[in-house]
Amino acid sequence: MRTWFGRTGFYVLVAVIILYSLFPFYWVFKSSMESSVALNQPTTGMLPVQWTFVHYEAIFAVENFLRPLLNSMLVAGLTTIVSVILGSMAAYGLARMPIKGKALILGFVLLVSFFPQIAMVGPLYLVFRHLHWLNTYQSLVIPYLILALPITTWILTAFFGQIPVDIEEAAMVDGASIRQTILKVFAPIALPGIFTAAILGFLLSWNDFLFALSFIQSPNMDTVPLALVNFRNAYYVHYGQIYAGVVVASLPIALIVLFLQQRIESGLTAGSVKG
Amino acid sequence: MAAKLATRPRDQLPRSRRGASYLARRRRVGYLLVLPALIALALVAIYPLLYNLVLSSRFDVATEPGTQHFVGMQNYHSLVVDPAFWGDLLHTGIFVVISVTLEFVAGMILALVVNRKFRARGLVRASILIPWAIPTAVSALLWKMFFDIRSGFVDFALSALHLPGAQTVWFNSPVLAWVPIILSDMWKNTPFIALLLLAGLQTIPQEIYESAKIDGASSWQAFWSLTLPLLRPAILVALIFRTLSAMLVFDTIFVMTGGGPGQSTEVIAYYNWYKYMVSLNFGYGAAVAVVITILALLLAGIYVRILRQREGFVT
Repeated sequence: MRTWFGRTGFYVLVAVIILYSLFPFYWVFKSSMESSVALNQPTTGMLPVQWTFVHYEAIFAVENFLRPLLNSMLVAGLTTIVSVILGSMAAYGLARMPIKGKALILGFVLLVSFFPQIAMVGPLYLVFRHLHWLNTYQSLVIPYLILALPITTWILTAFFGQIPVDIEEAAMVDGASIRQTILKVFAPIALPGIFTAAILGFLLSWNDFLFALSFIQSPNMDTVPLALVNFRNAYYVHYGQIYAGVVVASLPIALIVLFLQQRIESGLTAGSVKG
Repeated sequence: MAAKLATRPRDQLPRSRRGASYLARRRRVGYLLVLPALIALALVAIYPLLYNLVLSSRFDVATEPGTQHFVGMQNYHSLVVDPAFWGDLLHTGIFVVISVTLEFVAGMILALVVNRKFRARGLVRASILIPWAIPTAVSALLWKMFFDIRSGFVDFALSALHLPGAQTVWFNSPVLAWVPIILSDMWKNTPFIALLLLAGLQTIPQEIYESAKIDGASSWQAFWSLTLPLLRPAILVALIFRTLSAMLVFDTIFVMTGGGPGQSTEVIAYYNWYKYMVSLNFGYGAAVAVVITILALLLAGIYVRILRQREGFVT
């Protein structure tokens, strides 16, 4: 592998890869600073013709973009909390307790992650309509469990399995109850794994579009992706506002990825490759 | 340690009884811990699937209230004779083959590059992961604007480099409209494939390359006869996950083209969504959903077979 590319060739390839990943973000940033007039004319260069903040002002003053940000945060946050609690419990049972049918249970959890999201839309819509739950937070948090709970359970089972049992056994031998052992001894060690599962669960719920599109019909319940797509469903396309909205919405995600890259990677691979 | 244990009262119980009841208690607690997650998954995932099965045998159109009734296999029959369904299935198939192939090749290159040790490697690994974390719908929105004649960079780059294709209205052409769709899909999903392949690459010991080198193998030969075969499990997993999500592509199509121009970029998930949420034909939509579910479960079956062939499937 080492002589595959010459040294220069290799760094050119690295540059191309970074450009491919990050140039679109630069373009979004540049366009978000461009005036609407300039955005409606053929592009002339790599820098804004005239720097402006109007689009950032507009998304908060005119479009109330804070609302979808809060909606998304709340919905994805609630989903994450529920998934992590249920997932950790299940994972502890699967990784530590002498229960029967572990392979069957894990197989079932895996199977659910293969269920097509689109197939759920009709039945869930009918159920939520019947319960008068359309346009509510629970009409998103509940379906998001389909996205977040299987991967959380799967990752946590893999992580918990890697933690040595000795310390827990010692605690039990010293007379600690199962409950005490889990909360006082096991939980602190397991926290990094739980954190990883939480990040992934959060990102998966934050990124949903299909369920939000189907169950949310009033703008003040929009999640971030829905709100951004809806900017253009007004009388004309607000390019500048979309660009500014994407910058605002992507910044926290980009920071999460930059700082927690190793955790995300280990979570994703534990969720599939290691099994 | 043993002496300390013996002083505890419960250790004076007969060893066998103490062990058995303790084991039974742990098992009971184990089931109680697993149960809530299983119930939640059954409610949010299994129930809708079963509901689809029932719904697909009924005439149930929301715009005609009070007319719901049992129609047997009629929805499936209408589906099979609808040329739009087969057309969308074909579009989906073509999209899966092209996008997964391109993403696999690009992902392999990415994985091989970041598997090497070089300066700023961590930064590169993080930066290729950022597009993956962006919502699919947002990626689609961005690439739609990038291909816009005025504010996009595609047209700007093409004219600046004097390449053909400037001033093209990509979304007006039944064929060219696929270009931005596939590019958006690639940008968002290549990192995922790269990550799975990278994890596979890191399990391959470097020594075998050293000995291959001593035996006079070129890097290219080593790649074909060592890396690829050893990477087979990771490759299969990556391909299956990507095939599944490409098969179910919806957000990108909805945001970029809405299936247009005409129905030339319509895919099977879009077809299903349209029947459910625009036609409000829930019986027919459920029939489509059942077909899509069967296709997805076939892939799941293949995945489980691959996992079974490998050691360490379950903890």
